[in-house]
Amino acid sequence: MHKESDIRLPLILGDKSYKDITDDVIRPIEANPPKTWYLLLMISVVIALWGIGCIVYLLGTGVGVWGLNKTVGWAWDITNFVWWVGIGHAGTLISAVLLLFRQKWRFAINRAAEAMTIFAVMMAGLFPLIHMGRLWLGYWVFPLPNQFGSLWVNFNSPLLWDVFAISTYFSVSLVFWYIGLIPDFATIRDRVTKPIFKKVYRVLSFGWTGDAKAWNRFEQVSLVLAGLATPLVFSVHSIVSFDFATSVIPGWHTTIFPPYFVSGAVFSGFAMVQTLMLILRKAYKLEAYLHVKHIEYMNIVIIVTGSIVGVAYITELFVSWYSGVEYESYAFLNRATGPYWWSYWAMMTCNVISPQLFWFKKLRTSLMFSFFMSIIINIGMWFERFVIIVTSLHRDYVPSSWTYFHPTWVDIGVYMGTLGIFFVLYLLFSRYFPVLPIAELKTILKSSGKNYKEDYGKGKGYWDKRSAH
Amino acid sequence: MADKVIFAMYDDDDKLMDGAKHLVANKVKVSDVYSPMPLHGIDSIIGVEPTRLAITAFMYGLTGTMLAIIGIRYMMIIDWPMNIGGKPNFSLKENMLSFVPIFFEFTVLCAAHGMAITYLIRNKTLPGMPPRNPDPRTTDDKFVMEIKTSDNAHVSEKDLSKLIKDTGFIEIEEKSIL
Repeated sequence: MHKESDIRLPLILGDKSYKDITDDVIRPIEANPPKTWYLLLMISVVIALWGIGCIVYLLGTGVGVWGLNKTVGWAWDITNFVWWVGIGHAGTLISAVLLLFRQKWRFAINRAAEAMTIFAVMMAGLFPLIHMGRLWLGYWVFPLPNQFGSLWVNFNSPLLWDVFAISTYFSVSLVFWYIGLIPDFATIRDRVTKPIFKKVYRVLSFGWTGDAKAWNRFEQVSLVLAGLATPLVFSVHSIVSFDFATSVIPGWHTTIFPPYFVSGAVFSGFAMVQTLMLILRKAYKLEAYLHVKHIEYMNIVIIVTGSIVGVAYITELFVSWYSGVEYESYAFLNRATGPYWWSYWAMMTCNVISPQLFWFKKLRTSLMFSFFMSIIINIGMWFERFVIIVTSLHRDYVPSSWTYFHPTWVDIGVYMGTLGIFFVLYLLFSRYFPVLPIAELKTILKSSGKNYKEDYGKGKGYWDKRSAH
Repeated sequence: MADKVIFAMYDDDDKLMDGAKHLVANKVKVSDVYSPMPLHGIDSIIGVEPTRLAITAFMYGLTGTMLAIIGIRYMMIIDWPMNIGGKPNFSLKENMLSFVPIFFEFTVLCAAHGMAITYLIRNKTLPGMPPRNPDPRTTDDKFVMEIKTSDNAHVSEKDLSKLIKDTGFIEIEEKSIL
């Protein structure tokens, strides 16, 4: 174990021991959930059911019940898809990229962020599937032998790359998450007393033993999975951006899209992590493990990625003028001043201007402000995708087909429904799964725990004895 | 003397590490350690060999790349070459660039899942497997060292128990192996 610099603020506050970490994380699982949990679950279930109802109605009637028309052939569906995939980017980034960079503060957020990733990618995957109109033929996206020849899928198409990217991302994230969960499930298994819980966690923990060799393998697998997942994270949103960038629509046909989409995804993902974690830490009394310093670190990531997004917006504007292509110039002029000016300026305000407020230390260390900002950024990032998709389509090359897109109640219902399903899954996760990585938190207790750090230099602290040893 | 397994329990990882060092210095073989979290440095003390899982990941990844190249070549070039905007559809090389994303994704897919499955099998952690940790507290805040007398025939029983006693355990349990 290495000693951490004294100037670094401790990551675990309070006078915690190994036992306390186990207790603090497992207590909410053993106890009966509070009434607010049931209330939130009920609200989410109602919204989810409404959303499922809308999807069933859509499948029964046809995609025509959405507000799409001949000119705007893609709107809320793909906006929601990209928004959810973007949110799904933070989890694996936190667990993979921050693991490679040895950022220990990720232990406060990685488990819940990975869960968020998995649920968000599930919601994202739903949109292309229901957009097909024939959900039951969804398996046609895979290259399976068939009686039409075999007629294969088109491997040159970014839409097919997306199929592979999203399904790889989903399954690898799921594996990564579950491998981390196994030891923690074992901790719960060895502790709970309710027979049904004991049985279920026994199955979930796969018979984890925690011997030296197992931990040795565990660390290696985590590291290699992080190494594999890091390029994967970047590839997934690059490929999502290719859906647009490889087309010839003015406003989409831009080489800046891949890096711009990736940083936008991280930006929105971290905002969603903030929204969820700020509630979770309060509800489950995890303030000792996730405190102002963690929030500040996340806000710093938000400033960096938000600024990259801002630079990308301005570069797009500049290049549209500098290219000298009149269609390209018009597409951007139309975004800012056309009938959708309100969405463009909502995007600009939420994503470019407001995150800059985090340069003030007072604001980025304020929990209330961070929560408020995380909601603003989530709204802003939804508008970003809406602006890119709808404003580029609604005025095409033939002015007689120019139109305006109005979402129908089904558009809104399906979107709301995915939020409902997402929160149902998240609430169930936070109730039955360890929301912090118990085993991994224990590895940083002695190097970053407040009680272990603070006495150093006075001759009787933990690290004084350890270095004298 | 009948073969026995001795489980010495500690309430702190530093005590266990120091104890293991002490035992190993006195030529006692520590066969395993059970802990609630990874103990960095214990592997070299008790002589756990580095795992080769990373190598398997590389091999699974390579398999994935090969499968993707062979599969896409068969589907897009040999079996049904599609005319997409008049682009060349007769050679893999000229289409390679637009196949790269899927080569990459499939490589990652195979490497990650292959390694994860190998990991679960090698660890004997699969759904329904029984837990084998000697004490339920080892997944909470206790650390257990496992010493087999059969590994330590060269140390007399008296010396062994004295050496173990020096390490400052909180509980000890002996089990005979049938």
